[in-house]
Amino acid sequence: VKARLTDKRVIICAGSGGVGKTTTSAALAMGLAAEGKRVAVVTIDPARRLADALGLDDLGNEPHLVDPQRLAGHGIEVRGELWAMMLDPKRTFDELIARLAPDERARDEVLANRIYQQLSSAVAGSQEFTAVAKLYELDRSERFDVLVLDTPPSRNALDFLDAPERLTGFFEGRALRVFLAPTGLAARVVGRGTGVVSSVLKRLTGVDLLDDLSVFFRSLGGLLEGFRERAAGVKALLADERTTFIVITSPEHEPVEEAIFFAGKLRDADMPFGGLVVNRFHALDSGPPGADVAALTTALGDAKLAAKVARAYAEERTLAERDHAALEHLCRATGEANPIVIPQLDGDVHDVDGLVAIHRHLFAD
Amino acid sequence: VVTGKGGVGKTTVAGAVGLVAARRGLRTIVAEVARRDDVSRALGGEGIQEEELAPGLHHLSIDPEHAMELYLTDQLPSALADLLSSSRTFTYLAAATPGMRELLTVGKVWELAQEDRRAPGAEPYDLVVLDAPATGHGVAILTAPRTFARTARMGRIARQGRKIDAMVTDPARTGVIAVARPEEMPVTETLSLQDALRDEVGLEVGLVLANGVLPQRFSAAETRVLERAPDGHAVRAARHAGARARAQRAQLRRLRRGARAPVTTLPFVFDGDPMARLAHELERAL
Repeated sequence: VKARLTDKRVIICAGSGGVGKTTTSAALAMGLAAEGKRVAVVTIDPARRLADALGLDDLGNEPHLVDPQRLAGHGIEVRGELWAMMLDPKRTFDELIARLAPDERARDEVLANRIYQQLSSAVAGSQEFTAVAKLYELDRSERFDVLVLDTPPSRNALDFLDAPERLTGFFEGRALRVFLAPTGLAARVVGRGTGVVSSVLKRLTGVDLLDDLSVFFRSLGGLLEGFRERAAGVKALLADERTTFIVITSPEHEPVEEAIFFAGKLRDADMPFGGLVVNRFHALDSGPPGADVAALTTALGDAKLAAKVARAYAEERTLAERDHAALEHLCRATGEANPIVIPQLDGDVHDVDGLVAIHRHLFAD
Repeated sequence: VVTGKGGVGKTTVAGAVGLVAARRGLRTIVAEVARRDDVSRALGGEGIQEEELAPGLHHLSIDPEHAMELYLTDQLPSALADLLSSSRTFTYLAAATPGMRELLTVGKVWELAQEDRRAPGAEPYDLVVLDAPATGHGVAILTAPRTFARTARMGRIARQGRKIDAMVTDPARTGVIAVARPEEMPVTETLSLQDALRDEVGLEVGLVLANGVLPQRFSAAETRVLERAPDGHAVRAARHAGARARAQRAQLRRLRRGARAPVTTLPFVFDGDPMARLAHELERAL
């Protein structure tokens, strides 16, 4: 992976959930830090043991320096600095509002709004949005040589790519302007508007909901300039030549289709596709197509055990054939000739040992 | 409601649950929420219309925009519905309203589950299987009606929000299946899903399905024999398989300890059609 990351400042790891994205992101960051860079990795939802191993907690919403001693015992010498953080979407959103609000009153109005509370905590897309917002902020701080972002376990990779676009679109779009104009929908609905649309809406929704909505949009309206600037900045950052997207997958059907889809989206959007990492791969070794049960019986001294071993071998071969076919399909469909393949590891990968094992494969010469 | 972390095979399980129900004679529909129709692809279907894919088994990919149009048509005289649907202000506003997609989605699920369907000419279903989005967003879908009902307080949306909320939080009508894999992250997420569901929705998980369970083939004594055995392709494969199965067993124990609902295991499917195989296993297990 080294050659692909030379001179990169922002590395975004994308892919569907459950493919080892968080561990891979952390391993990439650790490898770059070992080479002497100051690296920060932003994770969304790390396994507890990985979080503990990196000294992460959910307090702070800021990167922590990972104690190099934690890794030294595992043969990793960090010559640079490894920083890690766990993203708190709600808090990131609140901080963003606080930063962009022209005054305290505007800030409190947004933070107290029920629609905003729903938006910032539970709604699809808010994680994606806050992840890029945090990335942008860390980039601007210039505290790090490299940022590694572990993207949210979004089912649809598009949500992540589109987050800044959607936000800009929303704030520049007609909806808000029409809604907020002095004679706009909000004024008409909440006031004594008699327009057909507003009276139909009133009938459907009741006045309270529209009232909350209009307060929400109006108070966000005061933050509009800041939001617009930031969204443009985020968009530029994602498309920058020093930014790269690493698509991570396992050889299973759904993640592979998701990876192909995502690589295509990156190309369409002129975003830099930096390569594929295929985790949990069952390699087809040079062994025979089937086990020699007679020989195994002799070697193990147990016919029943030999039969079970033969069965396990047959299953391993089945998986290996499936994975090789998936890899071929993946390479053909994405035009990527040299994916980085990481074998299925026996143990749980959610600790420092797992991190080190993945790191070894990623940074192998 | 079938939910779980990404990558645990939730969609396959939802399809398998639908197959089992249909075979037992229930008129069933599997509804999914995401924009990409994975169940439908797996079962050979197309998309956003209700369609019968196998005897008694239907599928629908819920598209919030389409659901909105249907809702307006149902609620308003046609001229007004057309007016709203074609009002750009309204459609932008609806698209920008946080939680609206979730509300429309669960509203459609409610409609599918009615004896007396609102959709003109539609037949009722005995069972609606919702292939819910990954855990966090799945909870958001279930809480959306209440949030809107509370925010709106009165008016039609408040009334309907309360009605939908009453259905999704009624354990007699709504059951939640949490799908996990016997791996650290999915187990952790399943255990925290139980709490989120209880705290935020007031529902208990009814059944936990541990999917992708590898065969536990080797006893401790056999494992020791394998460790000492001369190296070879088959022996190596057996050692790996044993190690992975042991790691899974540890996570299964954790899942069983923490789960407040019965835990049923589903095997890892090495070859063949996974949905049919899981349906077969579910039929045996339930």
